[in-house]
Amino acid sequence: MHVHFLDPYRPGQSPIHKLDSRVKFVLTLAFIFAAALTPTGAWAIYILLLALVLGVEVLSELRVGYVLKRAALALPFILAALPIVFTMPGEPRFILSIGPWALTASLPGLERFISIAIKSWVSVQAAIVLASTTEFPDLLMAMRAVRVPRLLVSIFGLMWRYLFVLADEAIRLMRARLSRSGVSDQAGLKPGGSLAWRARVTGGMAGSLFVRAFERSDRIYMAMLARGYDGEARSEPLQALSGASWVVLALSLFTLLALLVFALLFWA
Amino acid sequence: MSFAHLFSPQPMHIPDGFLSVTVSVILWIVSIVVIAYALRRVAEDLGERQVPLMGVLAAAIFAGQMLNFTVAGGTSGHLMGAAIATILLGPWASILVLTTVVGVQALIFQDGGLLALGANIFNMAVIGTAVSYFVYQTVLRLTRGQRWGVLAGGFLAAWGSIVIASLAVGLQLALSGTSPANIAIPAMGAIHALIGVGEGLITIGALALISATRPDLLKAGEARPTGGRAVWIGGLLIALILAIISPLASSHPDGLEWVAEQKGFLDVAQGPLYEIIPDYVFPGQINEAVATIIAGIIGTILVFGIALAVAYARRNRASASS
Repeated sequence: MHVHFLDPYRPGQSPIHKLDSRVKFVLTLAFIFAAALTPTGAWAIYILLLALVLGVEVLSELRVGYVLKRAALALPFILAALPIVFTMPGEPRFILSIGPWALTASLPGLERFISIAIKSWVSVQAAIVLASTTEFPDLLMAMRAVRVPRLLVSIFGLMWRYLFVLADEAIRLMRARLSRSGVSDQAGLKPGGSLAWRARVTGGMAGSLFVRAFERSDRIYMAMLARGYDGEARSEPLQALSGASWVVLALSLFTLLALLVFALLFWA
Repeated sequence: MSFAHLFSPQPMHIPDGFLSVTVSVILWIVSIVVIAYALRRVAEDLGERQVPLMGVLAAAIFAGQMLNFTVAGGTSGHLMGAAIATILLGPWASILVLTTVVGVQALIFQDGGLLALGANIFNMAVIGTAVSYFVYQTVLRLTRGQRWGVLAGGFLAAWGSIVIASLAVGLQLALSGTSPANIAIPAMGAIHALIGVGEGLITIGALALISATRPDLLKAGEARPTGGRAVWIGGLLIALILAIISPLASSHPDGLEWVAEQKGFLDVAQGPLYEIIPDYVFPGQINEAVATIIAGIIGTILVFGIALAVAYARRNRASASS
């Protein structure tokens, strides 16, 4: 089995797929930044941000359901913000009694909690659209365009190249463990050994994964040397952004800025 | 056999929306400075071997996070890898490798946000590495490099780096006003005190195997890198500060007072922005409810308009091709 399911990229011919990756990258960051700066309780702005990202999802011809399903994976973290509902001072809204405790939810607390949830939800959708419509090499180009150091970009590139190889390696290790230890799906049959023993076995697997990675990196280095590698990460110069890309970039940034100005004027 | 469920988000990766802009930006700046310094150091220490070594090791750490073991009741323990990266690669390369891992997790798998990426790099790559390095080197020196010292140091470094990093996550959430300090910090710390045990046990297993098969790899990490002392002191300071601040912050019923001060500072910082157009310029200031309704209508039209246009374009394309 190969782990190409790891790659979230969905090939396509939509306008979003064709948009220059640098523009997409910058706009995704700008969108998330705008969402972060939008004050608590600016519901109108949240609706517009959600409409923007949903609109882009429709345009990208990814199915909206697919994006929302992926977005749901990132939601459990919202638990971290839940206590704020009951601890922020303000007008009490409802009382939740759990056994001997009674928790009073305040209106500002609720507003803050819902705002955090929406911000997080629209931001993760924007990130999903970026990852699903942009191939990794194009993301690397975008990173170069925003002046990420070349060495770091090379490490990212090499990691991506070998990610699938090593994930396959990890899956082989796990399959070997499964065949050795004869796991059963039958209910009531516990996994064998003590917890510490199971952890140590897993540790041994991790150790051999790292040893193999070291040895592989040696071979890769030799192969690179044989092809004339001298430690310098060379790459083609970036092409200039096309006029249309500039227009899309400027218009979108202006829209986000306008939304933000409105949000800050009326809700701050 | 499906392994997709192994990529469940971990509680250590903060998504977007949970940190205030101030906290995010400050931690981005700190992370960028540390990464820039680490890039220079690694170039001196490793030379031209660095790109293949760090790229493949970053992939290995990522793949290593898939390896898990059953704990109880459907939960499982798995590796995050800050300690093992620090022990095998030394602190500077470890920072870069973990930055790459956390970066790909955010960029490709939405495990952690993009604006929050600076904070996540700071917590996992910078704090994780510094604390691991400090703990591991200290234990090694105390036990004079014996084999059990390597294993004990690995366990403590793994446990310590995870717990301290989780305290930092709790503190950042509290500073952002996302979660009260007296809940977020103890909760994060307690969960990760347990998760850290799993991490520590896996790290022991990994170190035991590596010291048996390729002991030279452990020696390579032990070699004193340039600037190692700075990392050691940095790890000590980070661990001390977080270990002292966290109980202080969480013992105060309303969180730390300086959290409030921080917020006061934020209001001051944002003040001028809001006074560009004072209230009286807009006489009948638009009603918030009306604005929300209008926004809802505009949003709906926008999405439906695009959906219709795309459907129409698709049908034309389909009929043209048939």
